[in-house]
Amino acid sequence: MIKFAIKRLLLAIPTLLAMLTAVFVLVRLVPGDPAAVMLGDQASAEALQALRMQLGLDLPVHQQYFAFLRDVLSGDLGVAMSTGRPVLREVASVLPWTLQLTAAAIVIGCLFGLPMGIWASLRRNAWPDYVGRLFSLAGLSFPAFVSAILMLLVFAIQLNWFPVISATHTGSWADDLRNLALPAFNLGLIMMAYVMRVTRSSMLGVMGEDYIRTARAKGIRPMRLILRHGLRNALIPIVTVIGLYFGTLIGNSVLTEIVFNRPGLGKLILGALNVRDYSLLQGLMIVFASCVILVNLLTDLVYGLVDPRVKYQ
Amino acid sequence: MSSTATASVAAAAPRSHALWAALRRNRLSWIGLALLLLIILVAFLAPWLAPYDPLKQNIIYRLEPPSAQFWLGTDSYGRDVLSRVIYGARVSLLVGFVAILIAMTIGSALGVLAGYIGGLFDRLVMGLVDVLLSFPTLVLGLMIAAMLGASLENLIIAIAITEIAPFVRVARAPTIALKQRDFIEAGRALGYSPLRLMGIHILPNMISDVVVLASLWMASAIRTEASLSFIGLGVPPPTATWGSMIREGFENILDAWWLTVFPSLAILLTVLALNLLGDALRDAIDPKLRSE
Repeated sequence: MIKFAIKRLLLAIPTLLAMLTAVFVLVRLVPGDPAAVMLGDQASAEALQALRMQLGLDLPVHQQYFAFLRDVLSGDLGVAMSTGRPVLREVASVLPWTLQLTAAAIVIGCLFGLPMGIWASLRRNAWPDYVGRLFSLAGLSFPAFVSAILMLLVFAIQLNWFPVISATHTGSWADDLRNLALPAFNLGLIMMAYVMRVTRSSMLGVMGEDYIRTARAKGIRPMRLILRHGLRNALIPIVTVIGLYFGTLIGNSVLTEIVFNRPGLGKLILGALNVRDYSLLQGLMIVFASCVILVNLLTDLVYGLVDPRVKYQ
Repeated sequence: MSSTATASVAAAAPRSHALWAALRRNRLSWIGLALLLLIILVAFLAPWLAPYDPLKQNIIYRLEPPSAQFWLGTDSYGRDVLSRVIYGARVSLLVGFVAILIAMTIGSALGVLAGYIGGLFDRLVMGLVDVLLSFPTLVLGLMIAAMLGASLENLIIAIAITEIAPFVRVARAPTIALKQRDFIEAGRALGYSPLRLMGIHILPNMISDVVVLASLWMASAIRTEASLSFIGLGVPPPTATWGSMIREGFENILDAWWLTVFPSLAILLTVLALNLLGDALRDAIDPKLRSE
């Protein structure tokens, strides 16, 4: 297990380096002089030159590249031009909000998606199955901001059950939860759709196996049969999907945060776009991609926990 | 050469039968197909269907709720929402279609080359795929669009790049399998160039699968287009796009619900139609991915 973990960790390193290279290239795609773009038309020649020096733009490209790698790998994502604060601190100050939202979405997705998927697989080609499939397909079809806006219109504006604008810190637990509810359900809906689909197809595969028939013949209670013998064996693809769609989830959290006006990486990225803060955008891109690479790593490691048959070689 | 060509045609024929069989079996897919045809028709006939000019501003009729005169109401510039929703279909379908076409061409070319050549080149291409997949789709599209600047062409390029990776994977796997087959071996023995083997003998054997999956991924491309337009990185105003209509309507969400609801429904129906159809087609070509 430890050996596998180390090996898997080492395999992530080339991906990480390649990702950083891609970010480096992408940021240099900006047409024109980044310093001129950042400072605007009115900037003096001295100010431009000073900023170019500060950003290292006066160095040859390969030197810029190695300086970039050295900085990032030592944990320095540079300084956000718009605020003058380190990018890492900007990210750290809003990251808990985004993590809270995505974690809540994954919990909601599993809490509803798993039972719905199991139910659909047990009532295959009957109405729970059709309703479930249509529901999950609709969940996959909603861009996150569309479902967010419709939820906002219905539950916050028409019914007035939830606040229209998620307030920042309120102090009280109940208020925090009320603020989190709509964004989390919006994001959870997408996760629910993915989890339901894969649970259904994975359960259909497992429940047709011989050992399920044997267990049923032995007279095991249905609940135990489905959960211990069925679900336990169907879990691997489900865990894979949750890990795989983490990227989709975090992308959609950007849209969700914008609609519900909730602090987080999404609002940070939008702010950086509006003021053309390329150093912050570059840092955010590295943070997002690192999150995805990390979650993929964790997903691989979790396999052993849900299925003891997985041998780490 | 002619014998291998007929062989590949013969192999393709039952596959298209399978597609039709799958469509017949899956009744939901017919709803998807009908919806999609309807939306394509609306996009083509936009100038005749739209009751008003989608760009014409009229201060007298600002923020009118839906009525007999304006079926879906008007926006804050007095522009007819129905006409804008109809014209918006053009942008969404055009961007989705062209972006997927580019992604499909580059992605399957890379996939076939990587699968056929193997070795270091294969490792490099798959490394590129890993990198592309390590960015959340929306974040990657957003960054590229932001770096290139907002325009129709740049939007299409940005979305195409986010969709390349899955095409590489889908084209690479069958290439590796086909490479071992006798008819490719025979072609190689006859001294055919690798380009000819890849282009005439390998590609036609898998292209139907790639095209089918393209319909599924067009849904994702259209979703990304709408999301980028919503963020403000789409086709610049005043062009009517569903995403930017929602973006503008969002400012008036408290008192003009129709500005956001109708373009939202348009996006939802389009993506749902493509997903319904794509799901059935995917079940037909790949029993392993079957959702039944």
